[in-house]
Amino acid sequence: MTLADITSAPPASMAKAADEFATLAPSPRELMRRRAKSHIGFLTGMAIILFFIILAVFAPLLAPHDPYDQNLTARLLDPVWGPKGTWAHIFGTDAFGRDILSRLMYGARLSLMIGFTAAAIAGVIGVTLGIVGGYFGGRVDAVVVYLTNVKLALPVILVALSIASISGGSIIVLILVLGLLTWDRYAVVVRSLTQQFRDQEFVLSSLAAGASHARIIFREILPNLTNQIIVVASLDMAIIILIEAALSFLGLGVRPPTPSWGLMVAEARAVMFFKPHLIMIPGAAIFLLVIAINMAGDGIRDVTSPEGRG
Amino acid sequence: MTKANSSNAPGGEAIIDVSGLSVDIAVPAGALHAVNDVSFSVGPAETLSLVGESGCGKTITSLAIMRLLPRAAKLTANHIRFDGQDLSRLNEREMTRLRGNRMGMIFQDPMTSLNPVYRIGDQLEEVYMRHRGASRKEARERAVFLLEKVGIINPGQRLTQYPHQLSGGLRQRMMIAMMLMCEPKLLIADEPTTALDVTVQVQILQLLRSLQKEFRMALILITHNLGVVARMADKVAIMYAGRVVEQGSVEDVFDRPTHPYTRGLLHCIPRHGLTAGHDRLGSIPGIVPSLVGNISGCSFRNRCSFVHDACGTGDVPLRPVSDVHDYRCLLSPEKLGETQQGVAAQ
Amino acid sequence: MVNFLIRRLIIAILVAITVSIVGFALLRFSGDLAALLAGENATQEDIARIAKSYGLDLPIYQQYFNWVISALQGDLGKSLFTHEPVAELILSRLGVTATLAFSALALGLLIAIPLGVLAAVKANTWVDRSALVFSVAGQATPNFWFALILIYVFGVWWRQASVLGYKLSELSIFGMQLSGLPISGSATWQHFIMPVLTLATTIVPALMRLTRTGMIEVLSSDYVRTARAKGLSQRSVLFKHSLRNAILPVVSLAAVQLGFLLGGSVIVETIFALNGVGFLAIRSIERIDFPVVQSILVCLACTYIFLTLLSDIINAKLDPRVRLS
Repeated sequence: MTLADITSAPPASMAKAADEFATLAPSPRELMRRRAKSHIGFLTGMAIILFFIILAVFAPLLAPHDPYDQNLTARLLDPVWGPKGTWAHIFGTDAFGRDILSRLMYGARLSLMIGFTAAAIAGVIGVTLGIVGGYFGGRVDAVVVYLTNVKLALPVILVALSIASISGGSIIVLILVLGLLTWDRYAVVVRSLTQQFRDQEFVLSSLAAGASHARIIFREILPNLTNQIIVVASLDMAIIILIEAALSFLGLGVRPPTPSWGLMVAEARAVMFFKPHLIMIPGAAIFLLVIAINMAGDGIRDVTSPEGRG
Repeated sequence: MTKANSSNAPGGEAIIDVSGLSVDIAVPAGALHAVNDVSFSVGPAETLSLVGESGCGKTITSLAIMRLLPRAAKLTANHIRFDGQDLSRLNEREMTRLRGNRMGMIFQDPMTSLNPVYRIGDQLEEVYMRHRGASRKEARERAVFLLEKVGIINPGQRLTQYPHQLSGGLRQRMMIAMMLMCEPKLLIADEPTTALDVTVQVQILQLLRSLQKEFRMALILITHNLGVVARMADKVAIMYAGRVVEQGSVEDVFDRPTHPYTRGLLHCIPRHGLTAGHDRLGSIPGIVPSLVGNISGCSFRNRCSFVHDACGTGDVPLRPVSDVHDYRCLLSPEKLGETQQGVAAQ
Repeated sequence: MVNFLIRRLIIAILVAITVSIVGFALLRFSGDLAALLAGENATQEDIARIAKSYGLDLPIYQQYFNWVISALQGDLGKSLFTHEPVAELILSRLGVTATLAFSALALGLLIAIPLGVLAAVKANTWVDRSALVFSVAGQATPNFWFALILIYVFGVWWRQASVLGYKLSELSIFGMQLSGLPISGSATWQHFIMPVLTLATTIVPALMRLTRTGMIEVLSSDYVRTARAKGLSQRSVLFKHSLRNAILPVVSLAAVQLGFLLGGSVIVETIFALNGVGFLAIRSIERIDFPVVQSILVCLACTYIFLTLLSDIINAKLDPRVRLS
């Protein structure tokens, strides 16, 4: 076919007909935005997360009381809907007379902070290992797979409990431990995606053009992994929040009197048959935040790759 | 093979008679008109070829006959007459009694069409056991018989193997044997050789042809290869964008292609005697239009060199070239023929 | 097949060794065990004495080798507090934890697989969506919270004198039991209902979603279309031709979940006062009874490794393609 064949204009009638069939194709980003706007799960999840973030960030301004402030004359007060409830303590008070709502807000701070930082640490470890293993393959990959297997074999809750116990309940240690114990999912996902990308044309052509491995990893591969990493990170954050709550519940995570949701449930156990709201409220907070994060994560997955549902 | 009249030559009483078959598939943007008003019939030992580009609706048509359409697809038809019943009105239970028993279907990719976790024997025998109420032993004998029929040397041993232990050609033979376990009257073969090596392709086609004659089956052969049509088929239906644009006996359609699309397709096959360089392979410019939403006018108009204003509106009916040869275009065969000769002379 | 097994076995053993080193090191490096054991008011001499008597003054690799060598001879050391052999402590409680984990797994699979199949068959209908909502909610429920809700619901709403084998008085003091004496191991089958329900709930969502995804994929596969073209019954298409293929990844996940259940039983055993390995673990962790803790850690890790190995073998049995490679 000569150049003239290609560039010569088709008959007017044909062009008109072609126009009729042509539809406006939106860009992938625009499509994503559209899908996000109509994804109820994603929107709900994000709204709830945002709500918790606002509570957490502005806790000192929003909280009606000091979360540590004990008041032995106002112990185990009913919530506002209870028989003797007052608006002064909307969710009532605990066995030490501390305001539940205020503790809940500061608890959100702790959960989000631990969840976010630990998930970030896990992300850095997991993504690094996954990319290195997937990209270089061979022995490097074998080491990554081996490390992942070792990590998977460690019983997460027990290791976290032991370390938290021995190290004496420091929140920083807790974050480090949770980060070190949950990177496997990132590594597995990133590794298999990197393997797929490695042999694709855009990577091969960069290699052929003489790009360094570092440049290919950071410029070609990593940007293509962002969506998937965000999805894994959301799942990981949800899991970390649950583990933190469980550790604190068992009394070996966040130590009293720090307001942590898991700890609040634990502290309410003794009175759960008389004041069930004391376990229901903090438990529901954990449930709501985790479900919101999962919904947002599922939403991001649906929005970024609608074919990969399930 | 019980009916007396089925011993007639090709063209006897039709085994399958499809009339006004349409399939709409629900997609987010609306209804996709995958198949539109398709009609044809196939007699005993007769072969009809459905020809067209991918996405033209030929596979959907065959799945509609088998009633194996995805749930999002909606089938409408005047009738799909088979075996004295109207397939378009049968429920799922009645259909399962026919499938694999009176009608069979062979798929494009033999590598993925057999269940990887069961032995070949299991997969063959279960058809016979289900439809004939046969014992495992009878089914095994039948399977051995059929594997011999499809040219497999040591059937007993093959039956104990798993699909991944066999080559593509062997697997396709297994598929054929499996679908012939109950001697169906109708066999649909959806591009049965596309996924195979060229040398194997010929063997499989020859096998299909000889088995068809032996069992006097109606065969619907789906292909995009016109060479296969010429070798195998008695009748041909050319499909484009969900519609039959031309259909008739293979001789008629090949000797006197009328619709511009058929012309384009026939121009696409390399022919003996044409020298390379000057006469390059013909290709049809343009792309197939979207089939979503309301469609009016001729769907080929954006690629047609005969396009004029009337093509954009109304429905283009199927019109006869001769008694056994129809085409779907507003222009007369003569009008289309003139220009064709003009093109040829060029 | 034999080669495959041997290779997997070697890797499993290497992983087990590495895990034991990591577990051992983690316990040693997260704090000064001797100082913790000596207590807050201990002098330097006290700490040094304790370190010496428990072998904590030796270099860490030497501590590890000593421990491994005796462990290989079946001696996991002695509890620092009860002075009972660790192996005996663990073995005597293994029954409770294993019962808990296996029953929870069985119950979980019994719920998850049919539900996953149903969701896949009815994909994108309200049935599927409800199953999805259920699984998302299940995944987000902290199991200790779920356990307390169960106790509350059974105990208060139903006004029963005993909550499936637990006397209410027993429950109201369970906060104390952590620091109290070991509970007698006289658990009846009723004691297991709520713990098993709690644990099963934690594993159902993941198993169900994997079954659903697998089934959806398999249901749209060519060989299932073939099965339908053969006129097989809906039951045969679904269970013989589809589920058998979709179940392969579920087997692997189930093995992982079983390992997780063994570890996760810590919480449930604590709440429901079941004297199993998890309960032993948490009490030992609180008392820095490190010989017990490190043994439980390594035992759980080895169990996990064994289970994944087992799932590989089951997968190889179920999938003829694996057998050859």
